[in-house]
Amino acid sequence: MLKLSMRQMKENQRGVIAAVRAGGELGKRIRDMGLVPGTEIRIQGRAPLYDPVAIRIMGFTLTLRNNEADYIDVTVEEGQ
Amino acid sequence: MSASTTIALAGNPNSGKTTLFNALTGARQHVGNYPGVTVERKEGSYVLNGQSLKLIDLPGMYSLTAYSLEELVARDFLVQEKPAAIVNIVDAANLERNLYLTVQFMELGVPVCIALNMVDAAKKRGIEINGQILSELMGVPVVPTVARSGQGKAELMQATVQMIGGQSKADPLILSYGEDIDQALSEMEEEISATTPNASYPARWLALKFLENDEQILDFCRKESADLFARLATRRERVARHIATTLATCPEAVIADHRYGYIKAIIKQGVIIHHLDQDRLFISDRIDQVVTNRFAGPLIMIAVIMALYQFTFSYSELPVAWLEGLFGWLSGIVEATLADGLLKSLIISGIIDGVGGVLGFAPIIMFMFFGIAILEDSGYLARVAFMLDRVFRSFGLHGASVMPFIVSGGIAGGCAVPGVMATRTLKSPKERLATLLTAPFMNCGAKLPVFALLVGAFFAEHEARVMLLITFIAWGGALLAAKLLRSTVIKGESTPFVMELPPYRLPTFQGLLIHTWERTWQYVKKAGTVILAISILLWALMTFPGLPETRQQAFEEQREAVTAAAPQDLEAQLGAIDALEAETALRHSAAGRIGIAMESVTRLAGFDWRTNIALVGGFAAKEVVVSTLGTAYSLGEVDTEETGSLGATLAKDPGWNPVVAFSLIVFTIFYAPCFVTVVCIAREAGSWKWGAFSILFNTTLAFGLAVLVYQIGSKLGSSWFFGG
Repeated sequence: MLKLSMRQMKENQRGVIAAVRAGGELGKRIRDMGLVPGTEIRIQGRAPLYDPVAIRIMGFTLTLRNNEADYIDVTVEEGQ
Repeated sequence: MSASTTIALAGNPNSGKTTLFNALTGARQHVGNYPGVTVERKEGSYVLNGQSLKLIDLPGMYSLTAYSLEELVARDFLVQEKPAAIVNIVDAANLERNLYLTVQFMELGVPVCIALNMVDAAKKRGIEINGQILSELMGVPVVPTVARSGQGKAELMQATVQMIGGQSKADPLILSYGEDIDQALSEMEEEISATTPNASYPARWLALKFLENDEQILDFCRKESADLFARLATRRERVARHIATTLATCPEAVIADHRYGYIKAIIKQGVIIHHLDQDRLFISDRIDQVVTNRFAGPLIMIAVIMALYQFTFSYSELPVAWLEGLFGWLSGIVEATLADGLLKSLIISGIIDGVGGVLGFAPIIMFMFFGIAILEDSGYLARVAFMLDRVFRSFGLHGASVMPFIVSGGIAGGCAVPGVMATRTLKSPKERLATLLTAPFMNCGAKLPVFALLVGAFFAEHEARVMLLITFIAWGGALLAAKLLRSTVIKGESTPFVMELPPYRLPTFQGLLIHTWERTWQYVKKAGTVILAISILLWALMTFPGLPETRQQAFEEQREAVTAAAPQDLEAQLGAIDALEAETALRHSAAGRIGIAMESVTRLAGFDWRTNIALVGGFAAKEVVVSTLGTAYSLGEVDTEETGSLGATLAKDPGWNPVVAFSLIVFTIFYAPCFVTVVCIAREAGSWKWGAFSILFNTTLAFGLAVLVYQIGSKLGSSWFFGG
């Protein structure tokens, strides 16, 4: 198991949210959309300019900017 | 149950809420605004067994926090107007996240009935929901629906009414948020009940929101009692510190985790059955692989934007022409029946032109809203925002800012009125304000005749190059001005982008029509009256004070003298006298005096009093600059399509040269939007302050740039930017 920030994840890589380190409005919005510890995600793709990132979570697609993804720690299987 | 039972429709964006509202109410709906804010308030009625129910369509939201205007409005509505029940529309294919809002409604203690919507689409994705288990576990009625076809709507309302009849008030859902929070909550609840037993909010809910650091609730408690606030704050501080040391997080996060924990626990008990592999690529995902592809994506986007533009401005041409014809015909009748004089001038130039001006925009607005509604309802607009966000964010804007810019004239020839209205698709308040203040810099169709006149007269050899340059200046100026505004008057962190990319869906025709119609009608009704009033005011500005009688008489005598002499070119000579009189009258009017008074300042940009008056007239509509210049140069009526003679006059006039012309072009791009746009800006921003700001800021910016162009240009000579 390896812990990294969501920004560092590659396309189609899977992981489980470990922590959301944002507070205030950003933290609230991230949690509102279901990005809470324990939730599984998969990187679905990136916009043509590599930012924002689109992720698959609980059966829907969510986008967030790379600098917002920085606040989210994800654990991934090693060697994936 | 009383005749005025109110039921609120609430749910996540993209859950099919508005479609269900339309299916329930049909044409029996009414759109207004919540007091003081720009959030739409939709009301309708539904008749069940002969009894009329009042339905309120709350704005779409993911949560009940106080961060966005939509959420705040919805929360205030639930707390203050106390609807008998909430019909909570839940996307069946997206149950887990949708229930997060449901849980928050239940915490507030409003009776909830769940509409399990789009069960058909969920089924196609291999998702089956056992509504009965869900209902038993959550303790609320659950009714499967398909809003698009209206399936299940009668059962839904039946279940809701039955629920209201069975219970007068739901007990708030009491969740456990972990030992630390639970203990703090019950202590705080007691404090609140003891101090303010009759608050309109339930005490435990207040305590919960206090722990969640909710600004509005903090203010509420502070106002209720400073002492209470201090005690609550201390308690919160203690639990926050404890959570920070033991769990390295904050109370809000713990509360959210437990809400999701509660939902996950329910769902695990056989509520959802997956028949297909959850990672399977569905049609929507396959479309996205192409549509947001690194290479194909931008190309498709350009094509779609061009198509929207064509649709808005080409298809509306015909109805616009009909309206112009109608108003021309009306003017003709007045022209023929009334005697020359003030009344006639008021009716033709003030009222008919004013009403015509208001209604002339209506077809464009209608087509624009129809086109954008298709993009929005289908889910494509979210993809545009996704793809362009990186670019627009650099200027403090949002990916979705592109549509208002394009419609306003980002492709030369648009119109800022529908452009400003198109900012409604933007949900981030600061980005939205910056967009609606800068979109009018784009080159709308009314600025084009001004450019055509000046380019034709002074840059005829470089026409294409100068027109392209004008487009670049407008875009560059708008983006840089947005950046300037976002780092000064609309300063602040960018609103989080966290956004759902909903699956592609075919929009419903009924939804598109209702959406288009109500927005167009709102424009005509609300903006229209103000626009008419300003139109009359501008007419008065350019008419009063009239020429004194002695001078009018002098012109009359000249006419008589010419008629008596009866020369060969009698018509032409009379025309010349009329034109001279019009020029003299314009100069004498309030607008003329403003123009003359401003001359000492505007000289810095190369503008004389004639240009000044024309620019004052341009506040009515930018193309008026051309016709007013015509009057000021005693050319009589100048057709905006046929400016050859005016161009020739300017080219020969010693006061004009390419540098002056370019300075005026730059000024025209940036100065105060026409007043129709100003009225729309004020309405969309929710305050006249922003309307006034756009006039002052834009004109100052325009003047600064024009002075720069004129001063530098005059020093270097006009050949520098065109290479001779």
